[in-house]
Amino acid sequence: MISFSVNGKPVSVSAEPDTPLLWVVREHLGLTGTKFGCGAGLCGACTVHLNGRPVRACQTSLESVEGELVTTIEGLSPDASHPVQKAWIAEQVPQCGYCQSGQIMQAAALLADNPSPSRDEIVAHMNGNICRCGTYTRIIAAIQRASREG
Amino acid sequence: MASMETNTPRLTRRSFLGGAAGLTFTVALGPKGFFLVSPAQAAARERPIGAWVRITPDDRITIVTPAAEMGQGSMTGVPIALAEEMDAEWSKVTLEMAPAEPEIYGYVSWGGRKSMGIYGSRAVMMYFEQMRIAGAQVRKVLLNAAAESWGVDSAQLTTEPNVVIHTASNHRISYGEIAAFAQTPSTMPQVTHADLKPKSAFRLIGKAVPRRDIPEKVNGSARYSIDVRLPDIVYASTVHSPVQLGRPKRWNDDAIRSMPGVVDVVPLEHGVAVVAESFEQVLAARKALEVVWTDGAKAQGYDSERTLMSDYDRIAGDENAASERIGGKGDVDSVFARAARVYKASFRSDYGYHAQMEPLNAVARFNPSDGTLEVWEGTQAPGSSRRRLAQALGLDVTKVIHHQQYLGGGFGRRSINDYTLEAAVIARASGRTVKLIWTREEDLSYGMFRPQALQCLEAGLDENGRVAGWRHCVIGDGGRLIYSGIKLDKYYPIPNQHIERRGTSHGIRLKHWRAVAHPFNVFAIEGLVDEIAANEGLDPFAFRRERMPMTSKARRVFDTVERMCDWKAPRPKGRALGLSVTERSGSLGAGVVEISMDRASGKIRVHKVWVAVDGGMIVQPEMARRNVESGIVYGLSSVLKERATMKNGAVEQSNFHDYEVLRMSEAPEEIHVEFVDSGTKPTGLGEIGNPFIAAAVANAFHALTGRRLYHMPFTPNRVRAALEA
Repeated sequence: MISFSVNGKPVSVSAEPDTPLLWVVREHLGLTGTKFGCGAGLCGACTVHLNGRPVRACQTSLESVEGELVTTIEGLSPDASHPVQKAWIAEQVPQCGYCQSGQIMQAAALLADNPSPSRDEIVAHMNGNICRCGTYTRIIAAIQRASREG
Repeated sequence: MASMETNTPRLTRRSFLGGAAGLTFTVALGPKGFFLVSPAQAAARERPIGAWVRITPDDRITIVTPAAEMGQGSMTGVPIALAEEMDAEWSKVTLEMAPAEPEIYGYVSWGGRKSMGIYGSRAVMMYFEQMRIAGAQVRKVLLNAAAESWGVDSAQLTTEPNVVIHTASNHRISYGEIAAFAQTPSTMPQVTHADLKPKSAFRLIGKAVPRRDIPEKVNGSARYSIDVRLPDIVYASTVHSPVQLGRPKRWNDDAIRSMPGVVDVVPLEHGVAVVAESFEQVLAARKALEVVWTDGAKAQGYDSERTLMSDYDRIAGDENAASERIGGKGDVDSVFARAARVYKASFRSDYGYHAQMEPLNAVARFNPSDGTLEVWEGTQAPGSSRRRLAQALGLDVTKVIHHQQYLGGGFGRRSINDYTLEAAVIARASGRTVKLIWTREEDLSYGMFRPQALQCLEAGLDENGRVAGWRHCVIGDGGRLIYSGIKLDKYYPIPNQHIERRGTSHGIRLKHWRAVAHPFNVFAIEGLVDEIAANEGLDPFAFRRERMPMTSKARRVFDTVERMCDWKAPRPKGRALGLSVTERSGSLGAGVVEISMDRASGKIRVHKVWVAVDGGMIVQPEMARRNVESGIVYGLSSVLKERATMKNGAVEQSNFHDYEVLRMSEAPEEIHVEFVDSGTKPTGLGEIGNPFIAAAVANAFHALTGRRLYHMPFTPNRVRAALEA
């Protein structure tokens, strides 16, 4: 059993220590908002926060999070009231939506560090997250809105 | 082990007529589509009947929404037409995903066949009129019921959202109040197109209505098939033959079965599936699986680059090569014989992979108690998926229970259900509830590709320098998959044309890609047009207007985009513009891009895009705009980066590190979309942004460098080669 915190709640999971956190949160814990996209740290669909920092859950082992704080999209806010989530709705960003949990988690981590990022800073921070529907310009607009409206 | 509750999805398939209190309208098949009938009428029919609209006494309305939601917004956009005509208060409407019953929920497709297939940008285009008629019928029933209860003529009544009003007496009654007492009439009122609202009365159509799926997509609760959770579920993944369509001969079955958690090993036609209690155990078993594949797959030995770069040229030059005439008119040979000038060019394009973000997956279980198969999948074609499942597993179609989910991207890949068939076969073999997930590597190597192609074009100019003759030959595998978009009459109705396809076959799985063959055919067409314009010494707009026959619809989008981009205005140093046009699914679009290039690396950067689109009546402008933007980025990704290649019949790429797609840093900084309202019915918008972009970028590249690009994608290597040539 490996214990850690997910979205503020203590959990203990029985799985091989090298199991990717992605499959732990999705299939063991049922938090399916975190998505499987590539399994190789190339697309960002599985982005979660580990002690507040964005990480790729597919590249993070279960054993490495023992005793740590993990936040998934379900725990970003209780009611989709995080400024990034509100901005995502205001800008009507998602299309197929599959990458958007990862995009939102990545963006939320940026604004936590840098409340007023420049366009270049946004692009540099978000560049690892692929959106196949091509919502990139809308994502940038939403991050700028979240920055503005906090 | 801890467990957590996931959110219950808001979109559910409800039971049919029973259970819902209030007024229920049912829908039945008619010769020209669906129409509303009373339950009594419906029950008298033998076809399966489902509820389309339900109103409850609390004034809530439920509308069944029939179109697959893969990001384009149709789940919201299609029922808006129904809500508009019934004058529904949109905030009181709940949407419910339609079951996979095309006879009831389908639109009328080719030959009168009913289909729920959402491809070719068809959702709003195909459903719009039917939905409006259905909505108007519901409104009429409500008016009649109110008129009867008040003892007045229904002609004296009007509606506001969810309310019937008798202006003379100032009586008002809500739809919910009517639902509490009204009986559905035995005969539904007839409604024709003439009874529909005039455009000026629209409250929802043409306005910005928020998409219903977006709140779920920002809090992680939107459910895709990969998210389905069921009791006692096990996981599976398939290892397919690296040489496409090879068959498994033998594998280390005992070793795999002895691995932790492994439940079963299931041979499939072109692969072997491992089944285990957890997905990480599936991944471990996949890694350990050693399969010997049979010889003799058609793709064996296939080298896609060699084929594209030499074999296709040989076919092009072979007068006796098998050929199919795709289109043509006039007297091409004599026009070319007496042409003042003839221009020729060849264009190539590589295989394209869909790369939808959600790797293909499905959930399946057999229910022994009633002999049913249940599947959960995100599909562009729920009706045909259900039918194919029944056929493949020897079941009556009524025994297949289908649960449509959100699609994490479709792009044409998900209108065939090969992955769902696998899940069903594995569920039957293992006797378990199975969630089958292909890895990204599997999704790519066992992909179904947009075929590679060679295009050979010739244009003959008459003594006035007008393009009078046109020849276009496309060479490649895939039948129809290589010639959509090859006809140019919707924008350039050249009087003398010959259009042909020369087929070949490589044993590689092929499929419709976003806009099918339009991206590479339009690349060739507009690439050659631009080349002629430059050689004739004319501005690209001027050449097209003065020397090309042009439809009035095309003229309008060209005029609009020229104004939008301020074509003649000076650009920053190192930047240049390129122009192209395209048609797709009834729509027409002209686009301009502004590019720059890093000469050392050969990287092209597209900074700005302007597109003018004639898509007929725009039902949801904000969704439409995003749909066009999406097509542009998807197209640009393919134009600048994406290429799949095969060596010895096996796909050489495996994940996003070697099959690169466009990232944020490479996306245009500005995309401007303007709709030209020509007053026609809605036409398709999901793919109009995609096909023009290749030629627009290539033509801008010429404006910038004086060189031309003839092979898509325009990778840095190819760009450098063009500069050095």
